[in-house]
Amino acid sequence: MYRIVTKRALHETVTLMEVEAPYIAKKAKPGQFVILRVDENGERIPLTVAGTDPARGTVTIIYQKVGYTTRRMDCLNEGDAFIDFVGPLGTASHLDGIKKVAVIGGGLGVAIAYPQAKALHDMGAEVDVIVGFRNTDLMILVDELKAASTNLYVMTDDGSNGHKGFVTTALEEQLNAGKEYDHVIAIGPLVMMRAVVNLTKPRNIPTVISMNPIMVDGTGMCGSCRVTVGGETKFGCVDGPDFDGFEVDWDEAIARGRMYRKEEAVSMERKACNLLDVDLQTKRGGN
Amino acid sequence: MPNMRMTKLPAREQDPNIRNCNFEEVSLGYDEAMAIDEATRCLNCKTQPCVAGCPVNVHIPEFIQLVIQGKHMEANDAIRVTNALPAVCGRVCPQETQCEERCVRGIKGEPVGIGRLERFVADYAMAHGMETPKPLPDNGKKVAIVGGGPAGLTCAGDLRKLGYGVTIFEALHTPGGVLVYGIPEFRLPKKLVRDEIRILEDMGVKIETNMVVGRSITLDELLEEEGFSAVFIGSGAGLPRFQGIPGENLNGVYSANEFLTRINLMKAYTFPEADTPVLVGKNAAVVGGGNVAMDAARSAKRMGAENVYVIYRRGEKEMPARVEEVHHAKEEGIIFKMLTNPTEILGDENGYVKAMTCVEMELGEPDASGRRRPIVKAGSEHTIDVDTVVIAIGTSPNPVIKNTTPGLATEKWGGIIVDECTGKTSREHVYAGGDTVTGAATVILAMGAGKTAAKAIHEELSKG
Repeated sequence: MYRIVTKRALHETVTLMEVEAPYIAKKAKPGQFVILRVDENGERIPLTVAGTDPARGTVTIIYQKVGYTTRRMDCLNEGDAFIDFVGPLGTASHLDGIKKVAVIGGGLGVAIAYPQAKALHDMGAEVDVIVGFRNTDLMILVDELKAASTNLYVMTDDGSNGHKGFVTTALEEQLNAGKEYDHVIAIGPLVMMRAVVNLTKPRNIPTVISMNPIMVDGTGMCGSCRVTVGGETKFGCVDGPDFDGFEVDWDEAIARGRMYRKEEAVSMERKACNLLDVDLQTKRGGN
Repeated sequence: MPNMRMTKLPAREQDPNIRNCNFEEVSLGYDEAMAIDEATRCLNCKTQPCVAGCPVNVHIPEFIQLVIQGKHMEANDAIRVTNALPAVCGRVCPQETQCEERCVRGIKGEPVGIGRLERFVADYAMAHGMETPKPLPDNGKKVAIVGGGPAGLTCAGDLRKLGYGVTIFEALHTPGGVLVYGIPEFRLPKKLVRDEIRILEDMGVKIETNMVVGRSITLDELLEEEGFSAVFIGSGAGLPRFQGIPGENLNGVYSANEFLTRINLMKAYTFPEADTPVLVGKNAAVVGGGNVAMDAARSAKRMGAENVYVIYRRGEKEMPARVEEVHHAKEEGIIFKMLTNPTEILGDENGYVKAMTCVEMELGEPDASGRRRPIVKAGSEHTIDVDTVVIAIGTSPNPVIKNTTPGLATEKWGGIIVDECTGKTSREHVYAGGDTVTGAATVILAMGAGKTAAKAIHEELSKG
């Protein structure tokens, strides 16, 4: 069992957990992920490693309550445990040699962009971080990002922080102002990453994106995470999650991401009562 | 005087039209009277050709004679001297090409039902509280096993019996490998696999799940930092192959590995009780002609598909699947489209499969495998309506260990290179066996390789 050491709500729908997993804490590098299961009937879901503390043997994960499993996760509290927690999986990001970079994160992708920005910043690269949220209430990790960047640009869809627009608005401003990046890293929703590539590809700025496809085993065994890159089928779990953004087949990736939409709705509807039960139990202090 | 009946006593089975709607076991095996009756067909030959036909050399005539005497617990002990997983082997071994192929009774008539007898004995012993085999006292040496499938479990069991401290590192959340993710419940109930593994654990084998060797810990760390004197790699052939035709990444197209893993390991057949879903529509096509294709087709039927097609580019005679599996599939209403090869999978506007374009084939001259090469028949292109496609055309060894273990020699196609007599790899103290060496093969061959390696590891470590 993998004990939850820390649980902290970053805002209403996004939660941070530190989980005891000493082997993973020792090994995980930016860009890698874990797969976890909540209980015996649980599905295996991938979550990117948002940080590690090798001394304490903990791995940080950040998740958004979007579906049944992430809501079910949120019913667990400090001291509870995941039944399964495996990793680090996937190929670590190649950050060597990057000198001047824009690290772009959208929504929950900010949680994954942060360790990359921090690693690059620690390596002495000049790091511009551009992140976007729907509104100020949904902002996460802003102080951490400030400490890990040369310049930080925070955008909101509704302009509630005084900077209205998408991450691409800020990126385009920087590029138009003559800022030269040797590299762009974009992590977030598929449509956001595609929009970033639409800006960087004509300017020929190498752009690495991070895919978050549906997975089962996460070790290359099933191929659920297939993604077409440069006309070839790749496995997100072992060949990725990072890929060359210029080469990704976005339409296919978006369609595959929606493959189980109906089943996800069934899960939520049919098992809403489970969540309620668990909610009640956790409130009573049990589990 | 042996029973001279020419035919094998059939096992009891669920009715095809009932079983193709449930995941309960198809074969119900023998009861005691049936087992004793079939056992009396054994001639108890001195030369024991059947034993030589078994990759783990089960003491076949010996256990069968014990069955005749009603000494089923003793029969179980006799089997378990060489075979740690008899309840599994009695169900999934291709006996017709191994022990039963060599059986003298098979010369005129049908061979003795060795597999069914093995299954009866193993099930009987488990139901009647068999004692855990006693390992020799601990010898203080540790061996690591990478992968908890048939090869690893066998190697672990044999070494533990000899007194080694054995730890299995399993990447998934449950040990068993293909026995739990691949072979369906209706052919091999998972409770049985759990029971067999529990016997190993009771003997003192440690199992660490959620450990991906090469990622969570490297092979070199096992040898240098974790105090293991030797490592056995039995990581299987988990990497699925695709055909490389247009449309393979449409929603509703699965590798057989994914389709079966969702259904077996993740229990998608109980969705939404289990959280993992699988998409099975009205018309399902399974591409391939092996046992995995049969498992996928029969699973699709049980998941509610009205029409399930097995699409294979050669003829039925050339299919690598066991005759018994093909027979069961046909009984259950699976439609066999032989000499047919898909060329494209077509999708709807939302990216879901809606049809498949195929061509008909004819057989030409034999190819390198000795089977007649299929050639496209001109003008034979046609379309089949399907909404689920499962690609079951084979798997390759997973490259994770190869890529993270310097100095481990492998074939171009990924198989780890070993000395066949010992399982020794190019790395000191590192052995390998099973599908990771041979490519996808059978449970029993993997078990045989685990056994061979256990013997060689014992020889190396007991030297000095």
